[in-house]
Order: sequence, then C-alpha cells, then structure tokens
Amino acid sequence: MLKMKTGVILAAAVATAQAGWAEEVRVYNWSDYIDEDLLTKFEEETGYELIYDVFDSNEVLETKLLAGGSGYDVVVPSGTFLQRQITAGAFQPLDASMLENTGNLWDVVQARTETYDPGGAYSINYMWGTTGIGVNVDKVTELLGEDAPIASLDLIFDPANMEKLAECGVHFLDAPSEIIPAALQYIGEDPDSKDEDVLAKAEPILTAVRPYVQKYHSSEYISALANGDICVAFGWSGDILQSRDRAWEADNGVEVAYNAPSEGALMWFDQMAIPVDAPNPAGAHAFLDFIMNAENMAAASNYVYYANGNVASQPLLEEDVIGDPAIYPDAETLETLYTTTPYDARAQRFVTRMWTRIKSGT
Amino acid sequence: MNWRRIALISVPYFWLLGLFLVPFFIVLKISLSDIALAIPPYTPTLELSEGWSGLRDLVAQLDFENFAFLADDDLYWKSYLSSVQIAFISTFICLLIGFPIAYGMANAPTEWQPTLMLLVILPFWTSFLIRVYSLIGLLSQEGMINQFLMWIGIINEPLMILNTNWAVYIGIVYTYCPFMILPIYATLIKLDASLLEAAEDLGCSRTEAFWRITIPLSKAGIIAGCFLVFIPALGEFVIPSLLGGSGTLMIGKVLFEEFFANRDWPVASAVAVILLLILIIPIVMYQRNEQKMMEADT
Repeated sequence: MLKMKTGVILAAAVATAQAGWAEEVRVYNWSDYIDEDLLTKFEEETGYELIYDVFDSNEVLETKLLAGGSGYDVVVPSGTFLQRQITAGAFQPLDASMLENTGNLWDVVQARTETYDPGGAYSINYMWGTTGIGVNVDKVTELLGEDAPIASLDLIFDPANMEKLAECGVHFLDAPSEIIPAALQYIGEDPDSKDEDVLAKAEPILTAVRPYVQKYHSSEYISALANGDICVAFGWSGDILQSRDRAWEADNGVEVAYNAPSEGALMWFDQMAIPVDAPNPAGAHAFLDFIMNAENMAAASNYVYYANGNVASQPLLEEDVIGDPAIYPDAETLETLYTTTPYDARAQRFVTRMWTRIKSGT
Repeated sequence: MNWRRIALISVPYFWLLGLFLVPFFIVLKISLSDIALAIPPYTPTLELSEGWSGLRDLVAQLDFENFAFLADDDLYWKSYLSSVQIAFISTFICLLIGFPIAYGMANAPTEWQPTLMLLVILPFWTSFLIRVYSLIGLLSQEGMINQFLMWIGIINEPLMILNTNWAVYIGIVYTYCPFMILPIYATLIKLDASLLEAAEDLGCSRTEAFWRITIPLSKAGIIAGCFLVFIPALGEFVIPSLLGGSGTLMIGKVLFEEFFANRDWPVASAVAVILLLILIIPIVMYQRNEQKMMEADT
C-alpha cells in the first residue's frame, strides 16, 4: 500500500513538473544582446514564462548542445557553429506554419546565411555584425599621433604600434575563430583557409604582438573600453558601440570609435534555432515569431547597436543605428567583408593548439 | 557477520560504486572512443538493445589512441607538471600558515575555541565564486592592495599581481587554508598535555618537545590537511581562470579547452583519467604505508 502511494505521488509530481515545464520558454542568448523590456513584453503577450540565460562563447553553447538535454528552447549560435551543429543533428526543423512573420526577413542577409543553413530550414537571423577595432580615440592619437591607423589592422598587428599601445591597454577577443582569420587577411592569405600550412602563417603575426596584449577575453572589453581602462579592443562591432554609448552616458570624457578594418573584416551572423530536444517547441516558435516582429526587432537593434536581418524593422530604426556605417555598412564596405565556414575536427584542434601556444607560450 | 552490519558497511560501498566507480568507467570508456560530430560527440556509443554482441562490438572499437596523442604533445605534460608544482607549493604555504593558526587555536583558552573555530569556518558561508571574485577587486592594479602600498609609499607604480601565477597562489592558499587548519586543529586538541609536561620534566626544552612530541603526534592531521589542500588544488579550474593570466598553465584549464574549444570529449577524458592516476598513486602509497605501520604497532 505504502509503495503504491509513493508511486502515485511520484507520478503526480512528475506530471505537475512537466506541466509547469511546458509553460516556460527557455532562451539561451549572448550576453548584452537584447533590450530587456522585450523579455517582459514577450511574457505579457504570450502568457509564457520566459527564462533567459546568457553566454559569451560559441564553444560553451556548442558543448551544451552536443551533450544533449540542454533544456533550452531557443539558442543563438553564430553561423559557422550553427552549420556544424545542424550536421550533428542538434536542431529541429522550423515549422513554417507556426511562424507568421518570416516575410519580414531581409533577403540580403538570407543570401549570406544560406551557406550555413540552406533555405533557412533550421534558423532565423537575429543579428549580424563585423569583427573590428574599437579605440579610445584620445589615448590612441596621443600615443600614435593624429594619423594613427585606427581603421587598419596595422594598429593591432604591427608590433611597433602595439608596443606603444600596450601602455594604455589592449584587449583581444578570446576566440581563435575570429582572430586567426583576421591575421590571415592581414598578410593576404585566405581568411577561410583550413590548410594547416596557411593557418600556421597566422602564428608569428599573433605571437609578435602577444607581449602587448593585456588580456584575451570576449566580454570584459565592453566596460573596460568605456571606463578608459583600455584604449584598444579587437572585438565585435555592437559590443564596441555599446561601450561607446556607455562612455557617452557616463559622460566620463572617453570617446570610443569602432571601425571595420579597411583590409576587410569578418562578417558574422547570429542565428536563432530550436534544439532537437527542446522541452517546449511551441513556445520556442512563439519566441522566434515575436523576435521577427518588425517593432520588436527594431527595439532590440536600437538598444544593442547591432544590425539585424529584418528588413521590415528598418524604417523603425533610429538614425544613429541605420545611418551608422559601422552598423549598417555602405555598399563599398560590404564588398570588403568576408565570411568563414566551420573548421573540421582536425583543423579545429590545430587552431586551438596554436591559440594556446600563442596565449601561454607553450 | 550479521546482516545489519553488512547493510551498514554496504552504504559507503554503494556510494563509492555509484558515484565514483561507475562514472569513472564511463569516463574511461569515452577516453578510449573517437571524436564524432553527433550527440553525444563521440563514437561508439553503447546500444543497450543489442545486448552482449553490442557490448563486444563496442569494446572492439576502443583503443588507446588518445593517450598516445597526449604523450606526443608537450602541452599536456607541461600542464600536469605546472599543476603539480602550483598545488605542491600552495599546500606547503598552507601548512606554514595553517599549522601555527591551528596550534594557536588549540592552545587558546577553552571558552575562546568555539569562536575561533567559527572564524575559520565563516568564509564558507559566502559562495566560493564570490570570494574569488572579491580577490580580483583586491589584487587588480586599481585594487585596494596596490592603492594601500602606493599610499604608504612602498611602491611607486601598481604591482602586476592579478593575471599572474602570484594571484593563483594567493587564491588557492586563501581558499584552501581552512582545510589545512581544521584537521590539524582536531589532532592538536586531542593531544595529551601531560606528555609535554613529562618531556619537560625529563629535561627536554620546549622547542625540542614541540618537534619530538607535538609534531609526530599531529602527523595524521598534517597529512590529512595536505591531502585536502593538494587534491582540489591540483585540478583547480576556477581560480586559475579568474585570477591567472593567459600564461598560467594548469590541467583544469587544459581540460576545459579540450571539452569546450576542441569539443574533443575523448581526449578530455584521457586527460582526466591521467589526472586521476596522478592523484591515486600517492594516496594508495600512503594508505599502504599506514597499514604497514598499524600492523607493526599491533
């Protein structure tokens, strides 16, 4: 009797837990990447309870996805990672009947994300941007003169410049898949190369400036640049623009500027997708549809200073977003931007090992 | 032996079996597998539906390739070595700091002892992560320590402590010292004071009595404390990644890279298996030694 009772209670507990689960939508997105008012708005409009977690590296997200049972309904990997995760069977195909706003997507961006997710079967574009150079204008011109190459990779890959800049602090992203293509682009090699001989050519460039890099980190530079703790960051466009905005709000006399390197910059795409084992696919589709709403997407871009893949949102964007070539590059700059594809396991190991060697000297 | 006794003894064994041996064999199995682009990211995986033949197939596909790979690249043994060094030096410093504290506590007036004990344990009431984060605030170039040293004029420009191995040592010693103090205190408090009186009566100086009686009798506590500090310090990940610089090599960081950057669970598992072996050998040797001594005593 006692046994049966426990059984019943257990079953009831499991059932309620599942019912409770179904009302939640769990979203795993990049840090500092949304207007948080949108999160409450989503809850009010749909009645779902939104659980919103953040990460700052594609690698962490991928490990969670490949381990299975991540428990998230919506995740936001970048294009190259998405492509590999689709192959691994990590996502479920989107159900078009549950998405009303797909018509808002921007064909220019879709044409480019086609490489990663043919036909957009598994993902929608959230935002996109470039990887480039953020500077504290006053400090850099003070150290390097008025004609400091703030829009060129020379600034961060020429040891002569870096030696001087070390004094005021330089941060690089801790993401080999962003830095190594840039170094290859700098020396005129194919940034998307998977050939070990070509990849190896990036190493001396990065090792030469290693002593002058204060830190390799993928999110700290936002506040460090805004506070004036560092004067140069090689990072993501919107992050640096956020830091420009924070400095401006704090009125601390720090003037931050972002430039996509004139040699060509990496263009990347963050895609929203639904894990194959998502506990609440219906809720996930509701979130995707909510994000694709022109008004919501515009609010997100106006807040985080990243361009989005939503053409309908463009009339609603503020002038300092849509009109800023650092966010929406002009046609000429767009020409110089390049994209990359995922490394296979062998090249990945080669790149990670090289990265460890560059950072630690071993 | 009656069944009650067996039931009692089986509890720790089930604990060990379920929470140590089974996971260990899973990790060992992954370390002998190959990397794959799938969920989970390795192959082969066990198909329970195929029964015995499935298990045979699985075993046939395992090999030691990943261990051979670890031997090839100097990154791994350098990281092991540097972890052992950092853990060893930290343990030694903890002992140097922890023993006098424990000794002082044991010799303090009895009514003070509960308060002193509480003071040692108090930091545990704050999250480990928060304590390590607060060290960042103390050690950074604009941090309190540098500000203070500059204010009193010992240094002219801020010392670079954060993001170096110094910060890692400070972090480990600070976090793990209580683990050294508590077992030593436990043995010292039980020490029979009449032994020291007898030694002094027989002409031993106080220092000599300390070295010949207090130290040998607190050996068990010292060894327990050393293990409690050394073992977690060896595999430490949080402290070196938050306080250490990019030049800090520790095996915990290598493990993280293997799992997260390379997504190579098999190699990561191989690294973990070797780490376990490094830990288990001295522990087993110590146990053997203890057993022999106990047998010799009786």
